[in-house]
Amino acid sequence: MTEKITPDQILASADSLRWEAGANLHDTLMESIYADAGRIADRTVTRQDEQPKFTFDRTVDRLVTSRWLGFPLMLLMLAVVFWLTIEGANTPSKILATLLIDDTHPVLKDLATAAGLPWWLDGLLIDGMYLAMAWVIAVMLPPMAIFFPLFTLLEDFGYLPRVAFNLDNLFKKSGAHGKQALTMAMGFGCNAAAIVSTRIIDSPRERLIAIITNNFALCNGRWPTQILIASIFIGGLVPAHWAGLVSATAVVSVAVLGIVLSFAVSWGLSHTILKGEASAFSLELPPYRPPRILRTIYTSIIDRTLIVLWRAVVFAIPAGAAIWLASNIDIDGISIAERFISGSDPFALLIGLNGVILLAYIVAIPANEIVIPTILMLTVQSARVAGFGEGAGVMFELDSETDTAAIFSAGGWTLLTAVNLMLFSLVHNPCSTTLYTIYQETKSIKWTAVSGLLPIAMGFALCFFVTQIWYLVEGR
Amino acid sequence: MATPTKSTGKSSCEACPAHHAGNLIKLGVNMANWDYVVALAGNPNTGKSTVFNALTGLRQHTGNWPGKTVVRAEGGFSYQDQRYKLVDLPGTYSLLSTSTDEEVARDFILFGRPDVTVIVVDATRLERNLNLVLQVLEITDRAIVCLNLIDEAKRHGFTLDERTLARDLGVPVVPTAARQNEGIPQLIYAISEVASGQVVCKPHQIEARESEPLTQAIDKLSGEVATAFPGLANARWVAMRLLEGDPRIIQAVRSGELGELNQTTAVTAGELELAETT
Repeated sequence: MTEKITPDQILASADSLRWEAGANLHDTLMESIYADAGRIADRTVTRQDEQPKFTFDRTVDRLVTSRWLGFPLMLLMLAVVFWLTIEGANTPSKILATLLIDDTHPVLKDLATAAGLPWWLDGLLIDGMYLAMAWVIAVMLPPMAIFFPLFTLLEDFGYLPRVAFNLDNLFKKSGAHGKQALTMAMGFGCNAAAIVSTRIIDSPRERLIAIITNNFALCNGRWPTQILIASIFIGGLVPAHWAGLVSATAVVSVAVLGIVLSFAVSWGLSHTILKGEASAFSLELPPYRPPRILRTIYTSIIDRTLIVLWRAVVFAIPAGAAIWLASNIDIDGISIAERFISGSDPFALLIGLNGVILLAYIVAIPANEIVIPTILMLTVQSARVAGFGEGAGVMFELDSETDTAAIFSAGGWTLLTAVNLMLFSLVHNPCSTTLYTIYQETKSIKWTAVSGLLPIAMGFALCFFVTQIWYLVEGR
Repeated sequence: MATPTKSTGKSSCEACPAHHAGNLIKLGVNMANWDYVVALAGNPNTGKSTVFNALTGLRQHTGNWPGKTVVRAEGGFSYQDQRYKLVDLPGTYSLLSTSTDEEVARDFILFGRPDVTVIVVDATRLERNLNLVLQVLEITDRAIVCLNLIDEAKRHGFTLDERTLARDLGVPVVPTAARQNEGIPQLIYAISEVASGQVVCKPHQIEARESEPLTQAIDKLSGEVATAFPGLANARWVAMRLLEGDPRIIQAVRSGELGELNQTTAVTAGELELAETT
């Protein structure tokens, strides 16, 4: 060669050759590397004896990542976990409620009277703060103490990377990064932690998609809401021995809807404001390890259950105070809470919810965990259910699901309200901790606002459509 | 301690790697005025840092590299009056995709031009590890495969024929069990041989056999790259990256940075982009 080739000529030639080389250039190259690696490895390695561990791994992997069985097995496994949680949490919840609310609350009230506390201080401290805290513990501790160890066992066994593997292709089709499957799996634990974990995604575009859609992974603050509402309303539709199974199915359906929404929103974002191609990555499927059961139970109770519970309690105490104050500060004889509830009812009913639920979600912005206690308390208070509660702003006693169901029906709840509450609990703004984390990670008010407002708008729209269709079918 | 034969004549032992290991001086972080730069690459969790520690006497924290805080650990050793600087690169599964750790590893192997790149592989997961090996061999022809965790492979009932592997890959292969210090003397010996040019590698090349148009495109473009940058060791790899539209490589072509890589003479130490971490 005599003529000199300039860099620009090379680049131009690369641009034109790129079209001739075929569309899946990257994949073709990767495939040839894998083929060569496989061929060379086969020539080098000989197995003296069948290794049972490796064969076991492969058999399991063939099943759980199979095209046909992968998804059904994933759903089945989730369903079993929820079924065990729902069935197992019932009795300990009752015991805790009896202990903390039925037994301890009156004792505290007596002590307050004996100490001569003014009625407002007594109400604020014991009927507001203490009851909110007791409530959160009774409702949340048992399901968490069952759910987290089970989930951690699955994680420890090596199942989560397989879930990511199964979902990778769908994420790629949505224009998102395959690692989003991993951050979403973390979101099932805590959205705020998952937002931080999106750092594993390097492309800023794909990372933003992962951040905005992470909220659609039901976090542990929302699992109890789902489980409780499903047990009361959905489980209540069928004979008792089917109830656990049916409510578990309902919870799994909501979780799956979250995953579907996550794909849909990723697709929408990557085709509108966050356009671009998905980038490839390699994911290691680690060997299956026999889970260390006792250690897992210990660490998941210490690391997850107690930490989440502590957070819930910390947020529940001021929320309890806020609820009590809202119910006891009157303007022209009507409390602030009641004013808000009756004021927002027309709008709320349009989307199949009610004013109580909306107010509860505002009170629960700091922590999703306290939505259910708040709703129950406000329902009792605004519906003035006879026999429950001891006065305005008191979180009442709840010793069984039947009692809870009675309160809900007195508050005008229907199956539609329950379904919409479950949907709204999935699709609404992230909690304040998550929003703050999003701001910390993106340093952008715009994207934080998008992450907060997009789900809430979607939640309203979703509930509105469900309600209107429900009415149509019912023939109203 | 009973030593079977205590040879007095030096000449008979000269060629034995075990003898040379006696000449190893671990320099820790004291690595001024090095003669050769050695890069350590490999998948995560293959014992790269264990190898690093065995060679330098340092106690580099062994563990995964977190996503964003990508740091290169550096240390040194001296062997037969030659000083070697060892750079522990982030563990990666490939050098093709876009993450920061992969970019750090790749840029160092490409632009840092280490005299030797030691690729540490997990012998129990050879196939997956070879994906990275094949990619490194596209970039540099001065490489050694360190077949680590060979003890674990034996325990799992695998036999690995390192000679077949060395022939197929076209580079020296040294089986090691770095945790027990097994094979480290042989590894040092292999490093010195490749660094000094006593051993010349003929590395395996990736071929896109399935896709005729792609093969033709790579051949045509790599011809052009080789003409523009004569003496460049990795024209084929550059061509593949250009076809994939890798912005870093496009920039290197445009700025002529790639042209500076074509000198086959040893790099002077000052050229290496090490200042940022030291």
